[in-house]
Amino acid sequence: MGMLTLTHIAKKFGEKQVLRDVSFSVPEHTVFGFVGQNGAGKTTAMKLILGLLASDGGEIFVNGMPVRYGNTATNRFVGYLPDVPEFYPYMTPAEYLRFCGEISKMPANEIRLRSEELLRLVGLDKEKRRIKGFSRGMKQRLGVAQALFGRPKLLICDEPTSALDPAGRKELLDILVNAKEQTTVIFSTHILSDVEHICDEIAFLHDGRIVLEGPLEEVRAKKKTAATELELERTEDVPMLLNAFHCLKSTGQNSLRLEEAGRLPDILRFLADNRTPVLRIERQEASLEDLFMEVVGK
Amino acid sequence: MRAFLKKEWMELCRTGRLLILTLIFILLGIMNPAIAKLTPWLMETMSESFAGTGLVITDITVDAMTSWTQFYKNIPIGIVIVILINGGIFTAEYQKGTLIPVVTKGLSRRKIVFAKALMAFGIWTFLYWLCFGITYGYNAFFWDNGIAGHLFLAAALTWLFGVWVIALLVLFSTIAQSVTQALLGTGGIVVGVYILSMFPKLGKFLPMKLMEGMALMQGIHDPGNYYACMTAAGAMVFLCMGLAVLFFDRKRL
Repeated sequence: MGMLTLTHIAKKFGEKQVLRDVSFSVPEHTVFGFVGQNGAGKTTAMKLILGLLASDGGEIFVNGMPVRYGNTATNRFVGYLPDVPEFYPYMTPAEYLRFCGEISKMPANEIRLRSEELLRLVGLDKEKRRIKGFSRGMKQRLGVAQALFGRPKLLICDEPTSALDPAGRKELLDILVNAKEQTTVIFSTHILSDVEHICDEIAFLHDGRIVLEGPLEEVRAKKKTAATELELERTEDVPMLLNAFHCLKSTGQNSLRLEEAGRLPDILRFLADNRTPVLRIERQEASLEDLFMEVVGK
Repeated sequence: MRAFLKKEWMELCRTGRLLILTLIFILLGIMNPAIAKLTPWLMETMSESFAGTGLVITDITVDAMTSWTQFYKNIPIGIVIVILINGGIFTAEYQKGTLIPVVTKGLSRRKIVFAKALMAFGIWTFLYWLCFGITYGYNAFFWDNGIAGHLFLAAALTWLFGVWVIALLVLFSTIAQSVTQALLGTGGIVVGVYILSMFPKLGKFLPMKLMEGMALMQGIHDPGNYYACMTAAGAMVFLCMGLAVLFFDRKRL
């Protein structure tokens, strides 16, 4: 069993069925990308995991323990970064982290060391002002620090990068990747390049269901066999090749595209036999964007 | 729970709530003897205009009782102010979402309820006895507190009434989503109990009777007359706390 397991989770808000049947499992020490359109139910799913909402069906296990709505003991294992984190405005970042340490009953000495370490990590160590004047990006950084503070076994981040500038985003992704050694990370997003950068496993949420799930590479391989692109040096060789292989398609002046990967050896033999000069042969990975579009049916 | 109490204390101090409340209660405490002290002078200056209407003002004697009467007249204002200023202790946190990081760190919800309630009771106790102490001091200085019977018991009754109202506020804060709802719920119950207390048979069992401390001081009532309403108020405080814990455990933050 993984660090986090959801089985047949359903959730309804009034008439709106947000989650129909969501099941997935997150293995330990992975970065798990939870992908879906805006309003697909990602935040709802995360709040269910945290026991902040009651599910209408199914079960959730964190570290092997069932999650209960309200007072859930599983939150001891969890660090949570909300999409728009809000803190007590009259505290300074250091005071807030001390408060976090105290409510999780950490020894005073460790609180001090951990605060210094994390404030340095998120770049707030020189910030002596109160949280009142913080920008959204700064609150996001403090959010990361408080989520990691208790060395959680499971780190849940709700769209952590959407409020950040490109530099901040890169830093945050680095923090998440580094956190993988000590914890398991699940983060929701609709920014697919983030997923490609750091995720080991992904799940696509659409229409209240998980429509695609697995290790990143497998998911990519599952859909659309990757196409191969050929670029020839001489334009006059193109018609010859097109005549010999009907599976090829012309995509530009000198370039051709092959969808059936199985024919590639024959083509290579043909090119060699005819001593055709080639500029480039490249296998194209199906991008996550393509996959995403296919999944959401657009 | 200590950590959360510390946070509540920091909030009271740094948001200026404690300062404002303390100033108001000091003012209330000074006002009671001041008004009593000024009454003869006020009457004198107005006696001429009264004379025209046929009213004759004889010498007015002012004593500690006059000041205590003012105290019991003014303290309801103090209670209202405490409730208004503390009205958002829970609901402001729901609306901003500041309790979410706390709860997701595994702090048990009942500790949050108890810490907030304890802080509210504590601050009321401090303010009330501060106000009482100031009035008591002035009264002892100008007159003699000895003429009032059961002075401290009478004061404790009003204090208990405040505790009862705060317990209601805590309960409704765990049910309501906004400050307005919490205040309406609390106010509704207090008004409801007030109306019920007009029935003489019911009145002596209801917390509203706790506000009749004056009657005890003047010797109209015995302490025994208050046992029923004290027990009722105490029981309701515990009931409110129990229910608040139950509701807060299921609260969507």
